[in-house]
Amino acid sequence: MSAPAATVAALAKGLAAGDFSSVELTRSYLDRIQAAQPGLNAFITVTAEAALAEAAAADAARAAGKAGALTGVPLAHKDIFCTEGVLTTCGSKMLSNFVSPYDATVVSGLRRSGTVMLGKLNMDEFAMGSSNETSYFGPVRNPWNPAMVPGGSSGGSAAAVAARIVPAATATDTGGSIRQPAALCGVTGIKPTYGRVSRYGMIAFASSLDQAGLITVSAEDAALLLGPMSGFDPKDSTSVESPVPDYTRTLGDSLEGMTIGIVKEFFDKGLDAECESRIRDAMRVYEKLGAKFREVSCPNLPLSVPTYYVVAPAECSSNLARFDGVRFGYRCESPKNLTDLYMRSRGEGFGAEVKRRIMTGTYVLSAGYYDAYYLKAQRVRQLISADFARAFGEVDLLLGPTSPTPAFAIGAKCDDPITMYLNDIYTIGANLAGLPGMSLPCGFVGGLPVGLQLIGPHFSEARMLNAAHRYQLETDWHLQVPAAFA
Amino acid sequence: MSLTRADIENIARLARLQLTEAEIPVYVDSLSRIFAFVGELDRAPTAGISPMAHPLPGLAQRLRADAVSETDHRDRYQQNAPKVEAGLYVVPKVIE
Repeated sequence: MSAPAATVAALAKGLAAGDFSSVELTRSYLDRIQAAQPGLNAFITVTAEAALAEAAAADAARAAGKAGALTGVPLAHKDIFCTEGVLTTCGSKMLSNFVSPYDATVVSGLRRSGTVMLGKLNMDEFAMGSSNETSYFGPVRNPWNPAMVPGGSSGGSAAAVAARIVPAATATDTGGSIRQPAALCGVTGIKPTYGRVSRYGMIAFASSLDQAGLITVSAEDAALLLGPMSGFDPKDSTSVESPVPDYTRTLGDSLEGMTIGIVKEFFDKGLDAECESRIRDAMRVYEKLGAKFREVSCPNLPLSVPTYYVVAPAECSSNLARFDGVRFGYRCESPKNLTDLYMRSRGEGFGAEVKRRIMTGTYVLSAGYYDAYYLKAQRVRQLISADFARAFGEVDLLLGPTSPTPAFAIGAKCDDPITMYLNDIYTIGANLAGLPGMSLPCGFVGGLPVGLQLIGPHFSEARMLNAAHRYQLETDWHLQVPAAFA
Repeated sequence: MSLTRADIENIARLARLQLTEAEIPVYVDSLSRIFAFVGELDRAPTAGISPMAHPLPGLAQRLRADAVSETDHRDRYQQNAPKVEAGLYVVPKVIE
């Protein structure tokens, strides 16, 4: 049982064959986590004792003939998901003392499937960031080069999977927070269609954009785990009532005759030339697999970042109004009166970027500015969605880069929010339109991984995973492990 | 677009955020830059386009019956509260 090479698929097979027990497997991952934690800082909380108890229960279930496909497979959750009885911080001082009284639907779904929780992963504070540098618990380091960021906001999830200290991790994506860190860490990430996975118990940032997904080694692993976390949930009013297919069934389907769209605007400017050449290499693999390419244009897509930086902060300022220092979370010392309690608890409990987003959102929603900013942005959002809808009238999937550059240095973009925001220029469109997207490792530039992005029509996860899996059968970029963790 | 110190103080008050003296100029600068950047939206041709209300086409927010679906978890929930007395959340005196 060598952890570095292990995929969820391989581990599930090993457990089923009795090659190792879940307790042995869990213990080996806990050892790897402990060894890597001082360098990577990928975890906020490690739940070693509970993990071993869950693993023992999984082994007992297997012995009783009650094992499912994922029974005993360890994984970890982004610390944005509520986990009953376990610290759930969302990367913030505001929630640094919050022990969730209940499980998120994603967590209970994966628990029911028999997976074992290793702990809670580091992230940008309230998922607001593209580098994991806004976490109250310190930055996560990129396993390929510790001077570099892992991307964000799901930086802990991506770094942990890349370093093979967890076989798979949950993550969330509001503007690219699954796909961008997956790209920067050389792992596979999937953001499903808006409404596919319940948002219940997932601490809200921007509710019309937030969606839970996965960071895994392979598309096959994502297909195995996506089913148990998907489906209708009456507790999420935007959860969609649509049956969940078996994503593993169609993984091997032929790509013969598939038409893949190349979005002209993704290659216009700003894309690193070396990264572009890795994307072109990936296109040749798809050609070999029988796919045809067609150039499509989404003329409003270049407006996706400014649109997002109106819509997302607006929703963030509403959602984060709940943190008032009264019912849960951080409270300031000796408040003079109720207003002082609110203002100092929030001023001291939130970090700099979260405060920036709350204030941006408060401003665009304030009297006299609502029409000019918020309604205008929601109109542009409609145009961007229409561009995608038109493109999907001609093609099955879209292909392009996930991120304009490979990982950048820790500290390099902290001073200029706009430069930081532009990291998500290729990913935000899918969130605005509610579309599913993936990032797949497709090569390296200067020793750092490059991500290939696929975007599909609504509820096309099965087709997208199929296209990703076929690519991964032809390439081994997703199986590369950073030397320090091999 | 350029925001002033007074603008930032007003926004922070509306958002119930106490800023330190050192934070104010940082937000004057970065919010001014953000609003200059989102000003790009002005050139988008949105005449006759309705604002998007739901990320999935044709779907609206689902409603449910206004029925009790939960049992009482007060004691459990209040374990996370900064200050509780006799099952009540305690805040500074509101009425003098």
